[in-house]
Amino acid sequence: MSERAPPVTATEEQHDDQETTREEPPESAATEESTTDAEPTPVTTGAESVVRALENAGVEHAFGVQGGAIMPVYDALYDSEIHHVTMAHEQGASHAADAYGIVSGEPGICLATSGPGATNLVTGLADADMDSDPVVALTGQVPTEFVGNDAFQETDTTGVTMPVTKTNTFSSEPDRVGTDVSEAFALASEGRPGPTLVDLPKDVTNAETDREPDEPRTPDTYEVQQRADPEFVDAAAERVEGSQRPVMLLGGGVIKAEASEVCREFAIEHEIPVVTTMPGIGAFPEDHELSMEMAGMHGTGYANMAVTHCDTMIAVGTRFDDRLTGGIETFAPDAEIIHVDIDPAEISKNIHADYPLVGDADTVVSQLAEAVEESPQATKWRAQCQQWKSDYSMAYEAPEDEPIKPQFVVEALDEATSDRAVVTTGVGQHQMWACQYWTYTEPRTWVSSHGLGAMGYGLPAAIGARFAADDDQEVVCIDGDGSFLMTLQGLSVAVRENLDITVAVLNNEYIGMVRQWQDAFFDGRHSASDYGWMPEFDTLAEAFGAEGFRIDDYDEVADTIDAALAYDGPSVIDVHIDPQANVYPMVPSGGDNGQFALTEDQL
Amino acid sequence: MTRDQGLDGPAPDERPTPAGRRNKQGIRIDPEVEARHEPRRTVISALVEHEPGVLAEVSGLFSRRQFNIESLTVGPTDEDGRARITLVVEEPDPGIDQIKKQLRKLLPAIAVRELEPDAMRRELALVKVNAERPDQVAAVADMYDAKTVDSSPQTATFEITGARQKIEAAIETFSQFGIREIARTGTTALARGTDDTAAPTPPESSASEANQQYTQPADDD
Repeated sequence: MSERAPPVTATEEQHDDQETTREEPPESAATEESTTDAEPTPVTTGAESVVRALENAGVEHAFGVQGGAIMPVYDALYDSEIHHVTMAHEQGASHAADAYGIVSGEPGICLATSGPGATNLVTGLADADMDSDPVVALTGQVPTEFVGNDAFQETDTTGVTMPVTKTNTFSSEPDRVGTDVSEAFALASEGRPGPTLVDLPKDVTNAETDREPDEPRTPDTYEVQQRADPEFVDAAAERVEGSQRPVMLLGGGVIKAEASEVCREFAIEHEIPVVTTMPGIGAFPEDHELSMEMAGMHGTGYANMAVTHCDTMIAVGTRFDDRLTGGIETFAPDAEIIHVDIDPAEISKNIHADYPLVGDADTVVSQLAEAVEESPQATKWRAQCQQWKSDYSMAYEAPEDEPIKPQFVVEALDEATSDRAVVTTGVGQHQMWACQYWTYTEPRTWVSSHGLGAMGYGLPAAIGARFAADDDQEVVCIDGDGSFLMTLQGLSVAVRENLDITVAVLNNEYIGMVRQWQDAFFDGRHSASDYGWMPEFDTLAEAFGAEGFRIDDYDEVADTIDAALAYDGPSVIDVHIDPQANVYPMVPSGGDNGQFALTEDQL
Repeated sequence: MTRDQGLDGPAPDERPTPAGRRNKQGIRIDPEVEARHEPRRTVISALVEHEPGVLAEVSGLFSRRQFNIESLTVGPTDEDGRARITLVVEEPDPGIDQIKKQLRKLLPAIAVRELEPDAMRRELALVKVNAERPDQVAAVADMYDAKTVDSSPQTATFEITGARQKIEAAIETFSQFGIREIARTGTTALARGTDDTAAPTPPESSASEANQQYTQPADDD
């Protein structure tokens, strides 16, 4: 643009400005650079308005891949302070943005072009949707006049992503496109977080507009209840006071609502044993006496006993996923459920809530803390819980003459890192060992694909987490060989960006969890689960320019881990573990949590 | 290769077991009396922003979550930019609650409620029958207050409005002449009197709704 448009006043109507021409592309870049930091250059195009919306929202990093229909937005990003991380695959972009959102608490941003770019994002969006992670996806789209004609790289992106996003928008007005992005940003994090998507047709981002985006704000039809009905709170408090076998079940919502502190205080003051879901890991310190750790399919035996035998469950920020509940009929069958959740649609969806407390977890648990005057009389119950902790200890055998046990490697990594180290994982056996044998004490240090179970999540998540974490926080990806193979092209990104991350591949040359299920339920027929051969991941890492390590024996574990962690840049440790190692305890799908198996013959 | 030895601890049959049980809907029940919620038919009315994609969102929601839907109608309202969607659904009480809550989550949804059993429900049907016995056809049409929309030597087409039961009764009666084609609109509905069909719901009511004890109201119209 040869001259600057005047700044737009916020009082103008949003929808009915008809003056903008949509056809003309911008002629050239701005002729003068902004010389002061105080006033940003006014926007001149839809694309600039998109980038301005991100800048106004405080976005510092974005993850994406270039392509035809998103080029105008990338052109606008070229002049922005936002650090764009060019990923090797769009799936990696959406996982990185997801992990960034988990660790920072702010929406992670991912970008992709139309068609295959957008469809490659879908796995990451579905993951964010299942786990309620704040993510904003911006996708290029073919020009509006081509939409519906099966144009080159055209996909009905809003149609494809509707079931896996919290909301999505096809942005059709240049004057509105920046505000659409602002709104998507607000919607991704307010209330129950989730992924949002704005589809950006190329003619809209190319079009001239001087309209600055509005502040990030949710639309009027979006209402979120923060405080629970005091009557229900009082009733729930009375139930807590009268309970003899209380349990707190902390879910991912506790971490998202920054409610870990208030939940810890509440549990400790009233001496209530605490169980977490998988996304809730880190909400309560696992080294605390009251911690029963994770419940569910591969939860600890003691967590599952506590859940099965409690008479009162204070469930906070959980959607009672089937991997947690096992069979509904046998889930906490003696318990009255106090369910705290910000999403009314989660109340009584799977498990009936006797005391539904709709609202923000931090606010509602504070309300509850205020209303509970007497601690429950539960000395016997606490002793019982401690007894279960010793009866169903997670101790495992690690004979020197057998291949390395994966549990040992996880413990060694935990030992070698600080309490605030961030752990990301892929999906499968290694993920479960990472849950079970790493002692988590802080929220936002456990980053995984919980609900969707997306193999390949670990490495791109480590990349996203690295940008969100503090410099003194190590980022460790505990991966499986199968999962790592799905997204290891992300190593090119980690090397290019010189990211200090450590990937430990627990390599058993199997799709291990499937192999374990085949042994238990399919007569040991290892259909398509036995790789029998894997690339040398340490050598492969070196080819990418990362540092490669390999572990075959117990006596190499500690030193190699130290060396890999000390390396200032991406490192990969190929750990050859016992290929027969299995994950226990295990509740078979739909089974009774209290009847968890400790060995294969108990399944 | 040696098999994984697993973990130590009391075996499943050595552990205490709780006395209680839940039903399929996650509600605690007396194990002796297996309580089940029977599906019932009801009308849910949603006031929504009249914008592209709303209908796809609503219909997608129903198929995705396996809610049983009988009919869905949509049309503009007296307010610009707002449409009313009327859904007839058949679900047990917990399912009906879930439908309302999920609909409320849709961004374009302004207000969602279930109508009382006495709500005014109407449907329109066009019924094209063989006109070989015109007098008898006319008599049946008269019986159901059906209006003649079109007639030819071979066919007669009638417009019938009314509650679903009336339409179905009319169709059944007309069938003796041979029905050539039928088109039905599905039920649309309004609450009676000063009761607002889609009064915006205060947020707390969603919680109270969740806590309601399920009863089985008689439902027919």
